[in-house]
Amino acid sequence: MEVKLTVNGKPVTATVEPRTLLVELIREQLRLTGTHVGCDTTQCGCCVIHLNGEAVKSCTILAAQCNGKDVLTIEGLAQPDGTLHPMQAAFREHHGLQCGFCTPGMVMMGVDIARRLPGADEKTVRQELEGNICRCTGYQGIVQAILSVVNPAAVKDHHHA
Amino acid sequence: MRNFEYHVASDVNAAAALLKAKEDGKLMAGGMTLLPTLKQRLASPSDLIDIGSIAALKGIKKEGDTIVIGAMTRHFDVAQSDVVKSAIPALASLAGQIGDPAVRYRGTIGGSIANADPAADYPGGCMGLGATIVTNKRQIKADDFFTGLFETALESDEIVTELRFPIPQKAAYQKFRHPASGYAVVGVMVAKFSDGVRVGVTGSGPYAFRAKDFEAALSKDFSAKAIENVNLKADGLLSDIHFSAEYRAHVTGVMARRAVAAA
Ligand code: FES
Ligand code: FES
Repeated sequence: MEVKLTVNGKPVTATVEPRTLLVELIREQLRLTGTHVGCDTTQCGCCVIHLNGEAVKSCTILAAQCNGKDVLTIEGLAQPDGTLHPMQAAFREHHGLQCGFCTPGMVMMGVDIARRLPGADEKTVRQELEGNICRCTGYQGIVQAILSVVNPAAVKDHHHA
Repeated sequence: MRNFEYHVASDVNAAAALLKAKEDGKLMAGGMTLLPTLKQRLASPSDLIDIGSIAALKGIKKEGDTIVIGAMTRHFDVAQSDVVKSAIPALASLAGQIGDPAVRYRGTIGGSIANADPAADYPGGCMGLGATIVTNKRQIKADDFFTGLFETALESDEIVTELRFPIPQKAAYQKFRHPASGYAVVGVMVAKFSDGVRVGVTGSGPYAFRAKDFEAALSKDFSAKAIENVNLKADGLLSDIHFSAEYRAHVTGVMARRAVAAA
């Protein structure tokens, strides 16, 4: 079957099977491999992208369900000249990653949190990361990075200040 | 995932017709349970009938002393809704505790109750609040809707269209969350109405039920103290490697008391 969608601002027409997951379309057909797959139980959040502006798990949506919709992946976040999105810059600044596997999902969720919950406190940010798992960092740098965007006054890693 | 045919239903009648016509068709709402199930090949339907984008099944409104929620309304929308937050804040709070933000953007109230996972939040909420489930065929009281582990009173070509929640005087939902899955190990919705108290329980048993002993005690005296010595029997409750039936019975009492205190 054929699906038409917009990915990172560009119109895409693709032939998929009904069972093709959005993440498979993104990674295997469009070769946008920044979006990762870390589980098969919808728990890890490595695959988070924005669908019509909302952070969702692309491993748990059929490509067919995205017909006519707008997809933003990690590759579409920075400006065309390479200038990082403020959330990406914050992850770099606050050491929000080690191996980087969870990072695309964390950044995409971070952008969603920033849009929905400006001024959120640390507890809220941690709760909102419920569906994003990191096996390296212990979350401290990730939480501080997101906080530095949504609520700079709440950031605790003073050596960066 | 095994392959299937994919259909987008334009309205409820079209979905019901497809469901009838296809040998092993399955409805898909948000897909937050169904797709992981298909990925693990625990199910392999011949046809998926997507009802998630039927606009007539979405939305939240207040009709007199009832909150009406379309079956395809997402957890995110219930959690955010000013109508729900002001009339039944406990229900908005319940919706905001389901899964994680990405799941709440997709999962729907109708999908959750039709799936009837023993550890899902909405079934307990429906029992506690005395919801009525409206389908394309009839109205079903929550008390008659949940009939077993992942089983409901729904017929094979019946589709949930909306849920109707009477507005209680006060209510609260307390959940003991499984730390890994986010599901309710135990979730209790306590709701006080002019004619008595309802206590809906999810997680503890094979399907959502009412704790009638708690209800009787709370209808006389709506205080946490009133149920301090009322114990839920462990007989028939779920037991697994994480939590025994006795443990669940105990935690149900704890959650019920917390809910009364929070209401
Ligand atoms: S790959 Fe999507 S949640 Fe893990
Ligand atoms: S940085 Fe390695 S999993 Fe998060």
